[in-house]
Amino acid sequence: MTIAAYALISFGALLMLLAGIGVLRLPDVFSRMHAGTKAASLGLACVLAGIALVTPDAVARVKLVVAIVFQFLTAPVAAHLIGRAAYRSGVPLFEGTRFDELSGAPDATSRAAKMGG
Amino acid sequence: MDVLDVALALFGLAFLAALVRVALGPSLADRAVAADVAFITAICAVAVLALKVEAFAFDDVVLIATLLGFVATASLAWLLGKDT
Repeated sequence: MTIAAYALISFGALLMLLAGIGVLRLPDVFSRMHAGTKAASLGLACVLAGIALVTPDAVARVKLVVAIVFQFLTAPVAAHLIGRAAYRSGVPLFEGTRFDELSGAPDATSRAAKMGG
Repeated sequence: MDVLDVALALFGLAFLAALVRVALGPSLADRAVAADVAFITAICAVAVLALKVEAFAFDDVVLIATLLGFVATASLAWLLGKDT
């Protein structure tokens, strides 16, 4: 049990480090979100699940599980909100972007208005 | 020096990297994403510290902070859509 818990904690910690590096190094907002949201859902869930496995206090264990469930419900919603707001507010895309599948959508008109074109 | 200390060190590095992006980030959206990552990293560090010093009351902090993180990110997104 302890070994499984420590493996989960290490995996989660490595995922968080990768997210930090990705947020620092990737070229535009959307690819940074791609790195960051993995840490927000899977990384946090792995770390908290590992801790819940070795925590002796039953009440604390329940709290950790509730935190995992809540994070899994809200992290995608928060990422979607940020991404949509970023696209609408005219944040520039990475110059190597091949497709902009939203280019005909109502969000794109708001984006074009914000960018002055 | 065990797994928990190594994990704390990794959280520290990730937190610093995200903070650098908060400082650099050309747009407000970059800062919001990076601040979210830094916040999640801090939550993980609190959870690991709670296990390390066996102060399980700190698991309350983890639960409340995940709730607060969502509210903070959602309100930043609202602010971002309002004026930029």
